[in-house]
Amino acid sequence: MENLEALRDEALNAISEAGDLKTLEQLRVDYLGKKGHLTQLLKGLGKLDPEERPAAGQRINEAKERVQGAINTRRERLEAAALDEQLAAESVDVTLPGRGRETGGLHPVTRTLRRIEEIFGGAGYRVEEGPEIEDDHHNFEALNIPPHHPARAMHDTFYFDPGTVLRTHTSPVQIRTMENGEPPFRMICPGRVYRCDSDLTHTPMFHQVEGLLVDRRASFADLKSTIEAFLRAFFERDLAVRFRPSYFPFTEPSAEVDIEWGREADGSTKWLEVMGCGVVHPRVFENCGVDPEEWSGFAFGLGVERLAMLRYGVQDLRLFFENDLRFLRQFR
Amino acid sequence: MKFSEQWLRTWVNPRMDSNELVEAITMAGLEVDDVDPVAGDFQGVIVGEVVWVGQHPGADKLSLCRVSDGDSTQDVVCGAPNVRTGLKAPFARVGGFLSDGQRIERAQVRGAESNGMLCSEAELELSEDGEGLMELPEDAPTGADLREYLSLDDRSLDVDLTPNRSDCLSIRGVARDLGALTSQTFEDLEPEAVTPVHSEIPSIRVDAPQACPRYVGRIIRQVDTSAPTPMWMRERLRRSGIRSIDAVVDVTNYVMLEMGQPMHAFDRARVRGGIVVRMATEGETLQLLDGQTLELGTDNLVIADHQRPLALAGIMGGEESGVNEDTRDILLESAFFDPVMLAGKARAHGLHTDSSHRFERGVDWDLQRAATERATALLLDIVGGEAGEVIEIASTEHLPASTSVYLREARVAEVLGMTIDRTTIEEILSRLGLRIVRLHRDGWEVAVPSFRFDIALEVDLIEEIGRIYGYNRLPVTEAEGRITISAGAESVRPLSRVQDHLVALDYQEAITYSFVDPKLQQRIDPEAASIELANPISSDMAVMRTSLWPGLLQTLSHNENRQQNRVRLFETGLRFRREADGIAQESMLAGLITGPATPENWVNETRNVDFYDAKGDLESLAGMLGKTLEFEPAQHPALHPGQSARVSADGKVVGWLGTLHPQLQKMLDLHGRVCLYELSLESVLNGYVPHFKVFSKFPEVRRDLAILIGEETGWAAVEAVARKAAGDALTGLRVFDVYQGQHIEKGQKSVALSLYWQHPERTLGDEEVQGLFDTVTQALQNELGAQLRS
Repeated sequence: MENLEALRDEALNAISEAGDLKTLEQLRVDYLGKKGHLTQLLKGLGKLDPEERPAAGQRINEAKERVQGAINTRRERLEAAALDEQLAAESVDVTLPGRGRETGGLHPVTRTLRRIEEIFGGAGYRVEEGPEIEDDHHNFEALNIPPHHPARAMHDTFYFDPGTVLRTHTSPVQIRTMENGEPPFRMICPGRVYRCDSDLTHTPMFHQVEGLLVDRRASFADLKSTIEAFLRAFFERDLAVRFRPSYFPFTEPSAEVDIEWGREADGSTKWLEVMGCGVVHPRVFENCGVDPEEWSGFAFGLGVERLAMLRYGVQDLRLFFENDLRFLRQFR
Repeated sequence: MKFSEQWLRTWVNPRMDSNELVEAITMAGLEVDDVDPVAGDFQGVIVGEVVWVGQHPGADKLSLCRVSDGDSTQDVVCGAPNVRTGLKAPFARVGGFLSDGQRIERAQVRGAESNGMLCSEAELELSEDGEGLMELPEDAPTGADLREYLSLDDRSLDVDLTPNRSDCLSIRGVARDLGALTSQTFEDLEPEAVTPVHSEIPSIRVDAPQACPRYVGRIIRQVDTSAPTPMWMRERLRRSGIRSIDAVVDVTNYVMLEMGQPMHAFDRARVRGGIVVRMATEGETLQLLDGQTLELGTDNLVIADHQRPLALAGIMGGEESGVNEDTRDILLESAFFDPVMLAGKARAHGLHTDSSHRFERGVDWDLQRAATERATALLLDIVGGEAGEVIEIASTEHLPASTSVYLREARVAEVLGMTIDRTTIEEILSRLGLRIVRLHRDGWEVAVPSFRFDIALEVDLIEEIGRIYGYNRLPVTEAEGRITISAGAESVRPLSRVQDHLVALDYQEAITYSFVDPKLQQRIDPEAASIELANPISSDMAVMRTSLWPGLLQTLSHNENRQQNRVRLFETGLRFRREADGIAQESMLAGLITGPATPENWVNETRNVDFYDAKGDLESLAGMLGKTLEFEPAQHPALHPGQSARVSADGKVVGWLGTLHPQLQKMLDLHGRVCLYELSLESVLNGYVPHFKVFSKFPEVRRDLAILIGEETGWAAVEAVARKAAGDALTGLRVFDVYQGQHIEKGQKSVALSLYWQHPERTLGDEEVQGLFDTVTQALQNELGAQLRS
């Protein structure tokens, strides 16, 4: 037993000098394994006097524990060092671009349409759609625009034949919706519309959203609140809104809607026309089989590109249909 | 409608400045588009009188003049051709300045002293006319300040009238509205009848009373057509955008502006026989005042004499019968033409005149006699002459009927959303000339005046009340009403999912015109029947698209020409085809990719997109929507014959996928391979509502298989045979390698596939799996001649 201490110290010494996990494991086997030096000592206890056995056993076990403890400590240190080394070897340049594809984007008109649909959707307006090649009845007649009405001249209509046109507004969709359903109605109809006009501020195709509310009581005052709330929600600003009397054959009273948009050179409020609206004309109701004494309603229409231009600061309408990627990519 | 603010204020003069007035009428629905000063901002310009003119010694084209400013005379060099002794013209004195800021100074002009400047209208910004000096009337007070003399501190207002407000196509009409708006008294013009001094009455016959329900004529003899139009009238006309022609024409134009009645004067001597108002006969011709000769049709109303048409009624007079310097007697016409009968007629001849503009929208049908009297009085003042009797041919049957409209007080409140008291309503109506003919307990009966063509219903009156009361004074209330809960079918996916998915797949959305170049479309989609526009905006936007591809390809070309080499686009929208049962308008999705598959980068291989990239994107989209698409080889005129597929879903053809035909690519001058697809949106968006199936708890087994097979055999055939043979427990089948080349016999290809089996109720044993595997191999050998690769 006299060599127990020497054996122990020799083990501790070797452990502290073990440079890697493999060496350390070999040391564990050498000293603590089934045939290890310290294990052998325990097996040799049987040769001792029974009185000496407990004390000797205890000393051997203490030595074993110290060695085991030293191995554990050393292993942790070696493992930590190995991990550090591995991590160091695995480090990458995080500033290099990722491995992946780019992302595309929606057209600004779609982006704007979605916002408009979201705002009105929240107020219970459903999205309705209709054909773009329209008949004269839905585009004009049912909207109280008979043949030769001067308002037709304002529309610069594209024709296919005298009775078939490219819709000049999305208002025909309100006719189709009313013809095919029962009031009350809350709907918006977004879509492409066409006017035979092309210059700096006009493109022969553009987008409109028409809205319609029909209920037991719907007044001009209700219309005003709807338009104001929409415009303020859209522009996220408490902007001033004014209603200017105007004329549309399918609404009466009718109004153009102006919003406050900065200042004129002389300091006065600059007003920009953004929408048209009005109380549904009784003849339109009659044309759709809705009793104007029983139901009332209001309608409004807005140009999507116009709102998008104001919202995103686009100066030239024609950019929307050139589809230049340098333009489109700015609206992600 | 353009007019002078000063002129308007002679009718109704509210206490408001010019800006407030503009704002007030704009906010009443008479939108003022433009406000322009009627003259330049010059100072120190007076009425000068040329008292002597001589030749400049050093320059042929210059004159030496002496100009009187009332107190003294100045030596002035002048280059105008119309300078002459006795002429009165604007004279800018030394020390004054013109509107361009040019200061008038003492100057030497080719050695002669010049103390001031005689001015043209252009130099004073009165008109564009810079040909000669502006000629002022002989009675203009020499030395008077020109601004004061001509009352030039005035503005021209240009009002953009909506087509319903024909009553405001006159000063009188605008003044009536302004009076109602500002509670100012409006006094209508009621011209006194001029007593006839001769008995010659014009012979007038109206053969088309439905088109011309009223025709008023009068002969004025012995007029002096050389008499100048007075300055005040010329100025009012000028400020209303109307050029002075001669006194007779100026008077007719003046009455039109003042009262709203377009008029015409014929040279009496050139009217053969009498006036006949009739429809033209087919092929009749008429030379108009503007020089052009029209060929008329039976739908054209003409004012004719007993031999030929003299004027296109309500649109323009004829060249031959107009008043000129030799005219002695005139025949004055003041008529009411039916708006519907005249609608579109001017436009059909490419014409649009102040007269046609008014008649198409509606001229006060009770105004003709009053306008005649007004014009007569003005003419007698200016050109002298003797007025005859007024002849009026009217057809009561064809004139608009005098009607009234019932207005309910409660309805006003319902429509406008607020109660307006009875007194206010009555005052508004009366100021607008809407006479209350009967009072009722719940409302009023209101007569429709002859000058309002836009009032027929109760709501027309309510609008007038709202308009004059002020839209912005009406309250803002929350719309009431039930919100009905409703939603679309869950199985129909919103378009936004498709758009968002493609955006995530690196596509940029485009929106292109729905009309395209017929030539391009013919190359891309020659088999579809396209729909032509009758009036296209240009020849390259003349037909409706039968496919979304032409638009996307043009967009690609636009971007490639701007150094974009990697382009990925999609568009959704309608395509238009003529089909047996009419016009089909189908909602489509189209996509296009070209250039490198990935943006230039440091890690991935750089290769250009091919058919399988486009197909992969489509499959990804279909996968997201839970749809299975099927692809079969088929030919499309726009596509590479070996790289094109007809796409089906649920057993129906829904579109095409392929690589653009190399010839088309060359024709469009595109840089590289383009892959594109087009699908019916509806077929893609219509899906199903999921129904849960219990999944197996037992392990899945995979076996791989490599076969050699004829290169012409498509994967779809391999897959079909393998699936059929693999039994119900098959859960997956994938191809993981396709190889041709070294070690593979020519005409053959190697295909490697993996098969997955999983039984719902038990673990599949090795033997059982081997059995299934062998069945598959056997089927591939028997049905497709495949050889198992070892």
